[in-house]
Amino acid sequence: MSRKQKTMLVQILFSAFLFAVACFLPLSGFWKIVAFAVPYLLVGFSVLKNAVLSVFRGQMLDENFLMAIASVGAFVLGEYPEGVAVVLFYRVGELFESYAVGKSRASVSALMSLCPDEVTVLRNGEWVVVSPEEISVGESVRVLPGEKIPLDGTVLEGFSSLDTRSLTGEFIPKDVTAGDSVFSGCVNLTGVLILRAEKEFEESTASKILALVEDAAAHRSKSESFVTTFARYYTPIVIAVALLVGILPPLFGSDWATWIYRALEFLVVSCPCALVISVPLSYFGGIGGASRKGILVKGSDRLEALAKADTVVFDKTGTLTKGVFEVTSVDAEDPEFVLEIAALCEQFSHHPIARSLREGWGGKLSEERVSDFEEIAGFGVSAKVDGILYFVGKEDWLLQKGYSLPAAQVSGTRIFVANQEKCLGVITISDRLKETSAPSVSALRRLGIRRVVMLTGDGMSAAQAVATECGIDEVRANLLPRDKVAALKEISATAKGSVVFVGDGMNDAPVMTAAHVGVAMGGIGSDAAIEASDVVLMQDDLSALPKAVSLARKTHRIVMENMIFSIAVKLLVMILCGFGVANMWHAVFADVGVSVIAILNAMRTLSRK
Amino acid sequence: MKKSYKIQNLCCANCARKIEDGMKKIPGVIDAKILFMVQKLNLEVEDGALEPVLAEAKKVAKKVEPDCEIIG
Repeated sequence: MSRKQKTMLVQILFSAFLFAVACFLPLSGFWKIVAFAVPYLLVGFSVLKNAVLSVFRGQMLDENFLMAIASVGAFVLGEYPEGVAVVLFYRVGELFESYAVGKSRASVSALMSLCPDEVTVLRNGEWVVVSPEEISVGESVRVLPGEKIPLDGTVLEGFSSLDTRSLTGEFIPKDVTAGDSVFSGCVNLTGVLILRAEKEFEESTASKILALVEDAAAHRSKSESFVTTFARYYTPIVIAVALLVGILPPLFGSDWATWIYRALEFLVVSCPCALVISVPLSYFGGIGGASRKGILVKGSDRLEALAKADTVVFDKTGTLTKGVFEVTSVDAEDPEFVLEIAALCEQFSHHPIARSLREGWGGKLSEERVSDFEEIAGFGVSAKVDGILYFVGKEDWLLQKGYSLPAAQVSGTRIFVANQEKCLGVITISDRLKETSAPSVSALRRLGIRRVVMLTGDGMSAAQAVATECGIDEVRANLLPRDKVAALKEISATAKGSVVFVGDGMNDAPVMTAAHVGVAMGGIGSDAAIEASDVVLMQDDLSALPKAVSLARKTHRIVMENMIFSIAVKLLVMILCGFGVANMWHAVFADVGVSVIAILNAMRTLSRK
Repeated sequence: MKKSYKIQNLCCANCARKIEDGMKKIPGVIDAKILFMVQKLNLEVEDGALEPVLAEAKKVAKKVEPDCEIIG
């Protein structure tokens, strides 16, 4: 709590105490006025002062001014407790608002405290401590265990484990050693690292993320624009109504005091604060909370669109799959042996498939065991292993040689291994699904995403296999990049809600732009991905996507609750005031009480869940 | 031309809205946005108009909230 807030709190507590005392004292007449005037002035002096000043500045619709009129008016009408209550609770609301805003700001910035305040740098042969802004590219920076990496760089010396949680939202220690790139915002866990700064502070990952989250507030959602417009007209209209209520009925013979009292109630309800603060507060909390989970949302409008998602379109390679070819199955009587033969035979080949085979076996290669190696480009290799001749290659090639081969069981690239008599087995190599893809797709479906589509440039059979494994029912294969844009537009045309496209952000920028929400994965260190997309998942897998959608929905729901609740209560209280059913206390509740409830509700977006 | 400024002592969201509305009416301002939660002002002005616009913007802010300071 700041000093200003503490002073305010003391004033409020004192005044509330005196107010309570005054309510119980059996006073009347002049002494009653004094008893209530003391707590009133204690808490309301600044309101009165600001009210007078605002009149001089020509700000007639200033809240202080309105509250001053309402409370002084209540005093004049002899409703002393109501007069005190108006300012007392107005100040309570003010205090609460500033406390809540400060608190959420601090909570977001603490969790976003990605950048250290000082850095140790080597200058003229000595380690000196400077602020991170002063480091230029190429300088050597020392990071001790427990410190944050201040700038993007490469490791010159040392090895250590990094905690990337502040960037990715999940604790996965990453081991680094000389030559590896490191990103600012990670925490150095175990060893001393000497880094070469590759980017300036402002250009480094952590600073960029911070700037992105701050600027997200500039992209306002429809709800925010609505609230702003609403607030612009709400106050003048309520004040006009207050004037009419205070003047018209008495002119037609009603009692002046009753109607002026009712007009004052309208003034108390006239502040749109609850709405104006709670909507941006909710989005701020939502975006801040998302960034802690490794999800960067580039604006409230994007969060709103994400909340309304009903179609999710995935790119295949690199998004649902790893984009790396691996041995996925070995079909043979002795799979281990077949894989060993294949790896040994292929050890001199530079073909990507040869590499996959070697990695798939994982055993120690031996040049001595292999002789008579021959590579037939595009078909396969033949070689002697431990003196026995083997053929390792494609289906066509072995069929030509007269082997009978088993039919395809699974999709992917098939490599056959044969000796001189018969085929020993078949190894299937394919792009592997990320472990998180299938669970993420089903999580999205549970969230009520109606349609899940996969777009790919690959052939239909490979695409279909991936789709089936992920639980995706709609596949568009053999697409050129421009076909992807066309396909996405066609999907958007029939979608009820918004269409989310998820890709790696590198090759599919045009598709990202065409979607309502473009989501890029693996955002760390990739400027292109951050640039092209609306939402960036810092980790290179999809598990954050369902989280992002439910977080967006939660935020959206809170915003809607706040808007409907605040407007409804205010309207209701105004109607009741107009008919004389509600009194000043209800009006105070409709102003401050609603603010407090809306702010508390908005702060739920910051919760860790 | 776009510029971003820090704002201090802006403690009411509705005031921020009023200040923003006021700033948008200043001649030479293309767009003005006050980011209340991060206490920032994003100002987009016509080229060369920055100095007078900024002076006027500060006045607008003071008029609504006397404590409010635009830094820079």
